[in-house]
Amino acid sequence: MEGKKKIIRTENLSKRYGNHTAVDGLNLEITEGEVYGLLGPNGAGKTTTILMLLGLTEPTDGTVWVNDFNSTRDPIAVKRIVSYLPDNVGFYEDMTGRENLMYTARLNSIEDAEADKKIKSLAVRVGLAEYIDNKVATYSKGMRQRLGIADVLIKDPRIVIMDEPTFGIDPKGIGELLELIRELSEKDGRTVLVSSHHLHQMEKICDRVGIFVNGKLIASGPIDTLWKQVSHEQGHIVELRAEPDTRELGELIRNTGEAEEVLYDRGMYTVISKTDIRQKLVRSLSDNGFSLMHLRIRGGDLDDIYRRYFAREGVV
Amino acid sequence: MDKFMNKDAGLYVLFRKELADHFRSKRFTIVLMLIAVTCLASIYSAGMGIREAVSKEGNEFVFLKLFTSSGGSLPSFAAFISFLGPLVGLALGFDSINGERNRGTLSRLLSQPIHRDTVINGKFLAGLAVLSIMIITLGLSIGGFGIILTGIPPTLEELGRMLIFIFITIVYMALWLAVSQLFSLLFKQTATSALAGIAIWLFFVVFINLFAGLIADGIFPVTDQAGAVEILRNQRLRQGINRLSPTLLYDEAVVTILNPGVRTLGLVLLDQIEGAIPGVLPLGQSILLIWPHIVGMIAATALCFAIGYVYFMKQEVRA
Repeated sequence: MEGKKKIIRTENLSKRYGNHTAVDGLNLEITEGEVYGLLGPNGAGKTTTILMLLGLTEPTDGTVWVNDFNSTRDPIAVKRIVSYLPDNVGFYEDMTGRENLMYTARLNSIEDAEADKKIKSLAVRVGLAEYIDNKVATYSKGMRQRLGIADVLIKDPRIVIMDEPTFGIDPKGIGELLELIRELSEKDGRTVLVSSHHLHQMEKICDRVGIFVNGKLIASGPIDTLWKQVSHEQGHIVELRAEPDTRELGELIRNTGEAEEVLYDRGMYTVISKTDIRQKLVRSLSDNGFSLMHLRIRGGDLDDIYRRYFAREGVV
Repeated sequence: MDKFMNKDAGLYVLFRKELADHFRSKRFTIVLMLIAVTCLASIYSAGMGIREAVSKEGNEFVFLKLFTSSGGSLPSFAAFISFLGPLVGLALGFDSINGERNRGTLSRLLSQPIHRDTVINGKFLAGLAVLSIMIITLGLSIGGFGIILTGIPPTLEELGRMLIFIFITIVYMALWLAVSQLFSLLFKQTATSALAGIAIWLFFVVFINLFAGLIADGIFPVTDQAGAVEILRNQRLRQGINRLSPTLLYDEAVVTILNPGVRTLGLVLLDQIEGAIPGVLPLGQSILLIWPHIVGMIAATALCFAIGYVYFMKQEVRA
């Protein structure tokens, strides 16, 4: 990724609504071709940030550069290369899927003949080929979202921005959708910016994530780097379950030496320590005739990173 | 230049789509039927009455009488349009922006490479085109219907007056279109903006006259002993307030343009018409008489549109 172009840059980007600060001094850099996840609870300022990137909302302070265009001054140039899938995307209900896509194509000055071809191939790609000539009013939520993806791709954008793309979709649909999003970066080489509050979904598709709380970006980077930062401060957390679950087991774990804190809940021990004590634990357990049923070092997944960052910020 | 061309292309695409939407909508069909049926009925009854009138009074400007005379029980064509015209404008515009917002299509539309004002311009122009097509078609076909009915072809001047009548009608409806488009920006719910439009329509068509009377009588009470000056002041104020209503402006303009015999729209004292020879005004003089009305209506339309325009440019995209 190094050496590639920073296609989206924000400098001290801020947005205030009266007394409320929606986005506060945001400095974000997104590299061309990566999938970047904007994570945060509802109301953290994700959508406002996205709207400022597109030039749809004017920043109170700071600037946005998208492919070296200033989004506030030259929104048309930005919108030519950026596609946006809003949360709860809407279509014209009494028009067919094809007509809706055609309208977008025309607004992007794409010739009708070329648009026809694109619509055909995109309909296949998002799995709507059979339904493309039905009215959107008959579409399910998942189909609308897939039509949204087709709508986003019709102008062949370099950057795709999606706001809560998995909101309100069933698990099977989510899987397909995430795969589609991942493809946008891997197959097509597009830059993708996804906002979400679903951590494990983002974990599957994002190269890097940024954690957004109260209008501030409090952490940004690849997921494992973020995890290292957190565990460095907070120590390692190991989950453990062993048989037989007797009092001696608890004693043994507590006496391992380096365990700082041991919690017990319905057969599951949670051990917090400065260093990784898994090896030690396993050895002493087997030496004392306990059989290990479950051992997992917690973390490395986004849920923990998220929870810890929020705990630190006093949000949760 | 490149930017300019692209902007135009976006405007044209949007305009075409909005136009198609209007023509396909049930709402448009309903409004068109309403206008067409009432107007045809009024023309028919006026036409029947005119046949008798022609034999008595001679046939000067008979063709125009089709639009203004109320034969029998039905109001005249002009009166119908004056009453129903606002409804057409309101129906075409009340959900133009908040409808898009509620369906979630506004942010998607605005994220396309078009300027923000293209959306509001395109929508207004499409509405304007729809009601222009509607009124021109209706006006011309009713003219034709009238010729068949009465057997009297229009003179050139009558034709000119009819075209100006059509133009004034378009301006009148465009004003209401601009009002409803403004409401579609100010209110989040389409039902609210529709109701607000209907409320202001009823106020200007029906209630403003009552208010004008109340205010005028309050400021310049007319008693039994009142002199000419008090009565004059009272009437002037009443008319002034009434003229805030675009409906009255339209009515006065239409009466003047369709009836060349109308020489003045204000209050006239007896000594002012002493010695005047009853006759008709030439077209130019009729237009001169209603010039302020036309300009006033266009200005009001522009004002409503401009307020909406500025508001839309500053409005947040997210709901």
